[in-house]
Amino acid sequence: MAKVTLKNLRHSYYPNPKKPEDYALKEIDLEWQDGGAYALLGPSGCGKSTLLNIISGLLQPSEGQILFDDTDVTETEPNARNIAQIFQFPVIYDTMTVYNNLAFPLRNRGVEEARVDQRVREIAEMLELDDMLDQRASGLTPDNKQKISMGRGLVRDDVNVIMFDEPLTVIDPALKWKLRSKLKELHQKVNVTMIYVTHDQTEALTFADQVVVMQDGEIVQIGTPVELFERPAHTFVGHFIGSPGMNVLPCEVRDGAAYFDGQKIALEGAIGDVAGAKTEIGVRPEFVSIASTGLKATVRKATNIGRHTVVEARVGDIKVNAVSDKDNFEPGQEIHLKFDPAKTRVYADGWIATDRAVP
Amino acid sequence: MKTQNQKGWLFVLPVLILVAFNALIPLMTVVNYSVQETFGNNLFFWQGLDWFEQVLRSERFHGALGRQAMFTGIILAVEIPLGVAIALAMPRSGPWVSVCLVLMALPLLIPWNVVGAMWNIFTLPDIGLAGYTLNTVLGIDYDMTQSPFAAWATIITMDVWHWTSLVVLLAYAGIISIPDAYYQAAKIDGASSWAVFRHIQLPKMKRVLTIAVLLRFMDSFNIYTEPFVLTGGGPGNSTTLLSIDLVKTALGQFDLGPAAAMSLIYFAVTLLVSWLFYTIMMRDEE
Repeated sequence: MAKVTLKNLRHSYYPNPKKPEDYALKEIDLEWQDGGAYALLGPSGCGKSTLLNIISGLLQPSEGQILFDDTDVTETEPNARNIAQIFQFPVIYDTMTVYNNLAFPLRNRGVEEARVDQRVREIAEMLELDDMLDQRASGLTPDNKQKISMGRGLVRDDVNVIMFDEPLTVIDPALKWKLRSKLKELHQKVNVTMIYVTHDQTEALTFADQVVVMQDGEIVQIGTPVELFERPAHTFVGHFIGSPGMNVLPCEVRDGAAYFDGQKIALEGAIGDVAGAKTEIGVRPEFVSIASTGLKATVRKATNIGRHTVVEARVGDIKVNAVSDKDNFEPGQEIHLKFDPAKTRVYADGWIATDRAVP
Repeated sequence: MKTQNQKGWLFVLPVLILVAFNALIPLMTVVNYSVQETFGNNLFFWQGLDWFEQVLRSERFHGALGRQAMFTGIILAVEIPLGVAIALAMPRSGPWVSVCLVLMALPLLIPWNVVGAMWNIFTLPDIGLAGYTLNTVLGIDYDMTQSPFAAWATIITMDVWHWTSLVVLLAYAGIISIPDAYYQAAKIDGASSWAVFRHIQLPKMKRVLTIAVLLRFMDSFNIYTEPFVLTGGGPGNSTTLLSIDLVKTALGQFDLGPAAAMSLIYFAVTLLVSWLFYTIMMRDEE
């Protein structure tokens, strides 16, 4: 178990990177506490898998350092780093039984057989694999195979970090849910630092204590699931997390106030220096209410999603989503929208530009 | 209700006709010869299973079958491990991949009788590059027409040269289909390169290797052209493999009855061994 520190990490797949675009990872500085559950969230190609492979040692970074506790492991081989990685597709050794699969990492390290047996049975029980230990691993279902690859990481008690690279991709939706809660439960039991890479916001938000959101090789925000939802630091986070994503509306900033559709919009706090930047208002649909006064809008369509209705409205030509408890909306209907000031912010060139509300 | 009619047969008919003319009818002709005696002039005498008995009891057939088994055994024992080793050593990405693949495919493109002729000239003691080097430069007495050992060494080297590529290409196809994650996981699990080969690469190559062994078994068991051109079955009978012996019986001596019986036995052996091997290899597959 270890604290993971990434210092000035940069990586490029080209031999001589020059432009910032040549870098798959641009300047990453991070510190992950021992025993935490972290998620790396971002769309495909944002560099999250690159980052994961750098931590596991499968890839050497172009620049920067990786520290486990206070030891520099940048140059260390993967098998010497004491990490475990679970891949997108379950990796199992087809010819071996479940038992031998789980014992494999221990036997490779010369652990004595009595200890191997004890650990394998312990982990198998934890993963509910104990009744199939003597079966050949190749005949199992994908979720059990994925459990085996997790188990191979868990059997080693010297493991520093366990990393998951989109581990639920090939699992059936119903089992996905089960396996996800199993993971969470495992984390509480073994208390090892876990890093979970995914592009699925639900997976990231349910698993992690802290989520790192990445875009184009950069970290855009690090925060708890609640923070990411309540106060996105970047319009990308607002858009990527939440369903539907945050409304991002073009606005005009004059004399320290923001105007949208000619109306002054009340905000969370004072606007910082936004001179010359593209300014936008960001507000989540959950914080847009339908009122008797306020912004005039026309309903385009309303979708009932169970407990709520998502109302897609237009202010002028601009689409604004709102979430309402009522469901009596007709296309073409004239309504008024009101933004919750405490949750409404101005973003300059994508980054948050309003001060935090004083409680 | 589904309407039922016999129209489906019409679609199968062309294939049936094709198979009948290129396999069934010729085979039945052989069966016909194998149970009769003929002296030409379309005169046939019923012989029953006499020819089969005669062939199965003949020492000449035992000798040819033994040599054939030895030849096939040796080339499989050399070509399969060698092919796997070369495939493992080949680059898996980069510009050298296509270079290697083309180099590997080259021997497969050469017509069989040309291969025989090439190796014949190559090993001639007076003018062949290999023959001259061995005899004159290294002072090793090497003459295919005199020494059975030299003849065997040459046909085996020739077959290895000609056909190892096929095993390489099949094994290589098996290796590159293994996702990177397997190697990465093995690295993290601390597996040695032997363990990677034993538990990842070999199991993933099992299917293609089964096919490779089958193809090489059938081809080498039925081999005719190359040894015929190279040694003609000599010196003496030392490289007279089954098919060479068969042609000698059928066309050299015109003993059509025994030759027909021999081909059927030959065919049955090939079929039986292939079937047994395939069944055993695929036993564990779901």
